[in-house]
Amino acid sequence: MSALTGIRVVELANERIAFAGKLLGDMGADVILVEPPAGDPSRQYPPWLDDEPGENRSLWFWHYNTSKRGITLDLDTGTGKEKFLALVATADILIESEPTTRLANLGLDYADLTRKRKDLIHLAITPYGRNETASDQPETDLTLMAAGGPPWSCGYDDHSLPPVRGWGNQAYHTGCHFAVMSALTALLYRKASGEGQFIDISITAALNVTTEAGSYNWLVNQSTVQRQTGRHAAVNPTAETQIRCADGRYVNTGVLLRQPEQYRNLYSWIESLGLLNELPESVFIEMGANWEGPFDLAQIGTNDTLTAIVQAGRDALRLIASRVSAYDFFIRVQNIGLAAGIIYSPEEVFEDKHFKARGFQVPIHHDDIDRTVTYPGAPYKLPASPWRISRRAPHLGEHNNELFDGD
Amino acid sequence: MTQALSKYRICDFTGQLAGAGATKWLGVFGAEIIRIEDPVREGRWDILRGANPFVDERRGINLGGAFNNHNVNKYGITLNLRKPKAKEMLKEIIRQSDVVSENFSAGVLKKWGFGYDELKAIKPDIIYVSNCGFGHTGPYHEYRTWGPIVQAISGLTFTSALPNQQSAGWGYSYMDHTGGYYMAMAIMLALLHREQTGEGQWVDLSCTEAAVTLNGPALLDWSVNRKSVRETGVNANRSQFIPMAPHGIYPCSGDDHWIAISCRTDVDWQQLASLIDATWTRGFDKEDSRLENQDELDQQLGSWTREWNKFELQDALRERGVPAAAVQKPSERIEEDPTTHAWGLWPSVDHTEIGKVRVDGQPVHFSKTDWQVTKAGPCLGEDNIEVFGRLLDMAKDEVQQLQEEGVI
Repeated sequence: MSALTGIRVVELANERIAFAGKLLGDMGADVILVEPPAGDPSRQYPPWLDDEPGENRSLWFWHYNTSKRGITLDLDTGTGKEKFLALVATADILIESEPTTRLANLGLDYADLTRKRKDLIHLAITPYGRNETASDQPETDLTLMAAGGPPWSCGYDDHSLPPVRGWGNQAYHTGCHFAVMSALTALLYRKASGEGQFIDISITAALNVTTEAGSYNWLVNQSTVQRQTGRHAAVNPTAETQIRCADGRYVNTGVLLRQPEQYRNLYSWIESLGLLNELPESVFIEMGANWEGPFDLAQIGTNDTLTAIVQAGRDALRLIASRVSAYDFFIRVQNIGLAAGIIYSPEEVFEDKHFKARGFQVPIHHDDIDRTVTYPGAPYKLPASPWRISRRAPHLGEHNNELFDGD
Repeated sequence: MTQALSKYRICDFTGQLAGAGATKWLGVFGAEIIRIEDPVREGRWDILRGANPFVDERRGINLGGAFNNHNVNKYGITLNLRKPKAKEMLKEIIRQSDVVSENFSAGVLKKWGFGYDELKAIKPDIIYVSNCGFGHTGPYHEYRTWGPIVQAISGLTFTSALPNQQSAGWGYSYMDHTGGYYMAMAIMLALLHREQTGEGQWVDLSCTEAAVTLNGPALLDWSVNRKSVRETGVNANRSQFIPMAPHGIYPCSGDDHWIAISCRTDVDWQQLASLIDATWTRGFDKEDSRLENQDELDQQLGSWTREWNKFELQDALRERGVPAAAVQKPSERIEEDPTTHAWGLWPSVDHTEIGKVRVDGQPVHFSKTDWQVTKAGPCLGEDNIEVFGRLLDMAKDEVQQLQEEGVI
């Protein structure tokens, strides 16, 4: 039994919220994707199966719509509305991202729906919230990100280059994470009280509070972080943490070394590579190894010794990186107890032995084309109530008969 | 107002943002979060405790602005788990809790004698949620991570880049925020399962695994079509899959001002072209020519946007139905954007030592059980007397005695 077995979710198709439906469906909810008769536009998004466009060949649609059944309804017609109301009467959760006044105009908003299903949990996920006309303005993942704050903090030391928006539909994902957290919170409350409720979720607000120091530096002392290459945006410039290795690939060395043991291990590594002579600052590594008391990182920049130790640690890692491949650097740095990571492309991490060993590659059989497709696996492992892709993405209207008994 | 999660108590070892962010969510919805810190190291395992930003020139372990931001609505207690008495006290707290949460490196809690088996012996239906970089199994399970390292490994750093440049990556710990979101989901999923079945469980959350799922359709493009992002390269401001051009971030007038513009269709482009009103746009009327000549298009468009104030251009384009948004800097989002104010996104807390300060609120509103920020992040051990009194029935002088003995 999965954690959400027995919970029915009705999802009004929209690319912004498809991921929320997937997250709920993969945890066992019975998710019913409701599309207009022409189908959701994301059925026409690349990439395509074998690079050939066509019906039921969108890998985009496949990815975001696992573990869902699919039906078509025209909410602008009387029959469509009736069927929708009948469906909602059987549902625990509705997730939608409609224009702010559309459901009210159709007579299908929360107040109307609760007449059919008193304890309904209705989640409206919109760009700026249900009460903002800005939510009805055209947007893409890119423009939501710009408005919500992340790109301000992402980019390069060279500010003649534009801020950068990371790939992967992260504005939509972030809105969906808050939608799922809200749905689970509301389900727990409903268990205790028997009550459902309406939940208003703003994607740009979600991004605003997903910027770490970007927001809280301003909130705390009205300072503004500035973007830097490959590391945290900061009010005052910080040293690089992204290092090029001997094979031309990059690693990230993360935060500062802050334990004497880490300096001890680093010192022996440099020694074993025969690089002590090339590192005049090695004396500071030794000092770090013998440091007594806490590493108060707030003193960096004011305490000269501490600053020199931390800098020497960085210089040593840079020197080592110039002699080894990025993967070796990652493994060896980790083996001496320091945090570092190779910069993988998505397909490289997908093929990495650690993730394979944990079962992250999940084969799903597509009965319609008689092929097995490998999907990314669980974001969390709940052994008693496991994550599982229960079915491939639905064809357009595939479950009309199953759910509406032949109409 | 009624609180959604007020029947739950969390015995919380989390810190930084990847863990503290999870229990912050539960706390503002009414769960009782008992945050446990080590008095010997003054809670410095959480590097945010005494770190930037500060409200003024004062420094100290209770003055970190980020720590306060991530730890509202939590009780702060100290336990020196090197001492047997502290372990006994912890056992009693666990016995009265629904969840034990932590984001140490794999195995740390077990070394202290509080692995899942021991937790279960204390409370059979306990939910234990661990959040570490690589999870508790697999070849890398002993490896350590921070947000930027999770992002590096998972592909998210690689796909945040401009052409002919090294990765820009994420200029903050996106995966500390997001790892916390997955941890909150995991805790609530396990609570729902326990409500149904009476069973607890150990949820092994690997932050890098959660991160890899966020690559979107790119992983299927690899597993099905063998399309490698490393081979095709990245221009992160362009549309990754859906054919859209122009699609990018362009300069505006003034120092470091930018605007994001996306043309989804020919109609969007025609609207943009009518505002530009120049002959060069005609060469780009067809989507194919815009996609094929995107470098030139971006250059032409950038020379035009450069003359505009970013907000004026945003408004002009939105009026024409073209997706556009100024790249907002923190002061603009927080002080000037009417939508964040109307939302109540930046509530204030009264911190015992910091004073009055604003924090991140939540991007959701519940009609019946909305979130509430009622308590600032705790000073080290600030709630010892209250929590030990309430849960362990200890008198104030008893608690003070324990402090003198170095137990708390």
